[in-house]
Amino acid sequence: MRLEPIANPSALRRVGLPAAALALTVLAASLLALLAGADPFATLGLIVKGAVGSRFAALETLNRATPLIFTGLAVAVAFRARLWNIGAEAQLYAGAVVTVLLGTGALPLPPALLIPAIALAAMAAGALVLLGPVLLKTRLGVDEVVTTLLFNFIMLLFVSYLLEGPMKDPLGMGWPKSPALEASARLPRIVTGLRLHWGFALAILAALAVWVVQTRTTLGYEIRAVGLNAEAARFSGIPVGRVMVKTALLSGGLAALAGFSEVAGLKGSLTLDLSPGFGYAGIIVAMLALLNPLGVVLSAIFVAGVFVGADSMSRAAGVPTYIADILTATALLTMVLALRLTTMRVRWR
Amino acid sequence: MAREVEAEVVLRLCGITKRFGPLLANDAISFDLRRGEVVALLGENGAGKTTLMNILFGHYTADEGTVEVFGRPLPPGQPRAALMAGVGMVHQHFTLADNMTVLENILIGTRPILSLRLDMRAARARVARLAADFGLAVDPGARVGTLSVGERQRVEILKALYRDARILILDEPTAVLTPQETAALFETLRKAVTLGLSVIFISHKLGEVMAISSRVLVLRHGRLAGEVATADTDRHRLAEMMVGAEITQPKLAERAPGPALLTLSAVHTPRRGNAPGLRGVSLGLHAGQITGLAGVSGNGQAALAALIGGLEAPVRGGMELHGLVPADWSPRAALAAGIARIPEDRHRTGSIADLSLTENAVLESYADAPYSRKGWMNWPEAEAFARRIIKTYDVRCPGPRVPIRLLSGGNMQKLILGRALAAGPRIILANQPVRGLDIGAVTFVHAELVAARHRGAAVLLISEDLDEVMALSDVIHVIYEGQLSPAFPRGSMSPAELGIWMAGDGFEGAVDAA
Repeated sequence: MRLEPIANPSALRRVGLPAAALALTVLAASLLALLAGADPFATLGLIVKGAVGSRFAALETLNRATPLIFTGLAVAVAFRARLWNIGAEAQLYAGAVVTVLLGTGALPLPPALLIPAIALAAMAAGALVLLGPVLLKTRLGVDEVVTTLLFNFIMLLFVSYLLEGPMKDPLGMGWPKSPALEASARLPRIVTGLRLHWGFALAILAALAVWVVQTRTTLGYEIRAVGLNAEAARFSGIPVGRVMVKTALLSGGLAALAGFSEVAGLKGSLTLDLSPGFGYAGIIVAMLALLNPLGVVLSAIFVAGVFVGADSMSRAAGVPTYIADILTATALLTMVLALRLTTMRVRWR
Repeated sequence: MAREVEAEVVLRLCGITKRFGPLLANDAISFDLRRGEVVALLGENGAGKTTLMNILFGHYTADEGTVEVFGRPLPPGQPRAALMAGVGMVHQHFTLADNMTVLENILIGTRPILSLRLDMRAARARVARLAADFGLAVDPGARVGTLSVGERQRVEILKALYRDARILILDEPTAVLTPQETAALFETLRKAVTLGLSVIFISHKLGEVMAISSRVLVLRHGRLAGEVATADTDRHRLAEMMVGAEITQPKLAERAPGPALLTLSAVHTPRRGNAPGLRGVSLGLHAGQITGLAGVSGNGQAALAALIGGLEAPVRGGMELHGLVPADWSPRAALAAGIARIPEDRHRTGSIADLSLTENAVLESYADAPYSRKGWMNWPEAEAFARRIIKTYDVRCPGPRVPIRLLSGGNMQKLILGRALAAGPRIILANQPVRGLDIGAVTFVHAELVAARHRGAAVLLISEDLDEVMALSDVIHVIYEGQLSPAFPRGSMSPAELGIWMAGDGFEGAVDAA
């Protein structure tokens, strides 16, 4: 078997293959619903209804998409430079810890100053978390996949220690939970009475900012050059190591904003289940978006919709919510394959 | 002619067609190879030579057409079948295991894995007989890692002969050889044909084709552009068939050399993997002079290019630029010092395939005004720059916004050349600037280098093609295992004399002297 490039893929190929990928995803989900003893059409219908079927559902989906946009951007930025940041989860928690530290009375500032100050401090914390692995990579050639991945576990245990010890809420009835943020440190709701908070708007803003950085700035150009061909970049005088470090700071900061926005916008305090794997799901989001920052917004909303929809469906139809994991995973695999096949042809023999 | 017609046809290609997407790599190519002849397959890079041989050898499957060996059709897509039928191929890049002996390398794959007894003595005797018959002197007990490139090539040929190859295909075999080694290879090929073998000799060097072949097939743009008996043609006519146009040699006007713009004194650089570092290299690049660097590939050319290009700093020895010692040394420092660099590998280091022509055009200057200010790119300026290069250097392309990977090698090289020469550099490092280019592009690049010399630039031309070095250089150095020969003025050395230096003779003591 051999892959041959296609110079000018036909329109049919470019539209048909992603459509086929989507169909395959739906088919896989239907088979699973059948296995669970439910009507596949009803199950899929309930997922869609649960994701976007009402104003409440749609806002819930956008809420869930918010941290995914941040982690998706973090991954997209890093992967562009071929910096394999698998540690968005750790950077997210670093942002969350700083948010709690500064948001529980340590900084006596009015909300208009306090909230940006916390956000910046959270970004700095996330950036620092990724700085270690990237310096190990550029200085000593240590594989960042391993270091960033393992750092997730270190961070989670560290947060667990904080919540059982120094950061434990004295009024928390013994639960491992931080004290609640002061009202002045909380992100307000966009629409009073509905759960959607300004973190979502910040996420959209971040996506636009990343897009501008990538397309309009010298740093964006350097990042692309380094990611596409580091050897040619070095030869041309691009400081590859420094570009890697800047990329890492940007990526870690973006991931930390996910933690900041979840604590300050939604939860109000830090617990160990703040993130059900948003850092890892960010990889799926970024890959589905082909690392395009604006695409990240759409793919984050899609992935969030599947999860929110599956939650609501499982209450009604009795199909386990794991179907959401399978749906997003299948969508990723088939979509990546489909996009590959639009520009490549398989020859057997 | 009459004798050739009588000889038996050993290989017949019939209507071979191969497409890669819209590219027609081979277009209905048919030819016969007869017993006891050397057929040269002549063509520029990209003409379809390698594709054709890969089809013959089963690496690719042809879209149309058939291959017959000794009258029997060869099943497509099976390298093993080609081997069994008696086709042996010596690739440009050798396929030997460095840590095994010559004999072991020759025996690999000739026996069942599970056979318990290797009859080494019989095998050794057979290798010795083949080596004697074909004039392939090499020690069967030596480890391949310790052999020279020329010796390794002999092992590759022995390997094919040991497998009873009756048809030998050699892909650009002389690219890595000194003139003396080339002469020895030709001797071997002549012996082979008198013993009834047939040879396909792939090359783009006209002199060698004239020297060794009895018939020449010329490929151009995937088509068989012509077929002539070698005796009935000459280099000029072959070159015309190859490119479809007359070629002109560059002319060097007499010119007194200016001051040294770059001076190396007894510079050492570290080894990098298999590539030797520099060992006590002293060199002066003078204004208005082309300095040629000859040598067999892999003898430190890469180290010298890395040093001057800013990628490597000397561990010992001194470097002066325009009479000053540079404070730090990096690609950016080299660019700032007015060194233009044409890298050896335009795909891997010279360009970024998926970036547009515009983005590639500003790779070395993107950080400076007007292309960027305060961290913001000025893409309209960058595109205007790309358009200027495209116009001045006649880069054939659909426009500055397409990815550079869509360009042919020649047009890519023109863009790199335009990028390097845009700022009017005082020093030009041209590392294999015409490798793989068609003759039109070669002429263009050479003319640009000569024009730069005329403007007063100091040019260092690194090439493995001795003819190129001798045609263009005011002075020639030979590099061997990281050491540099003295400077030989233009015309003072014959190719054979340079060949002696390329083989490493004359270097003992040269290091101490430097």
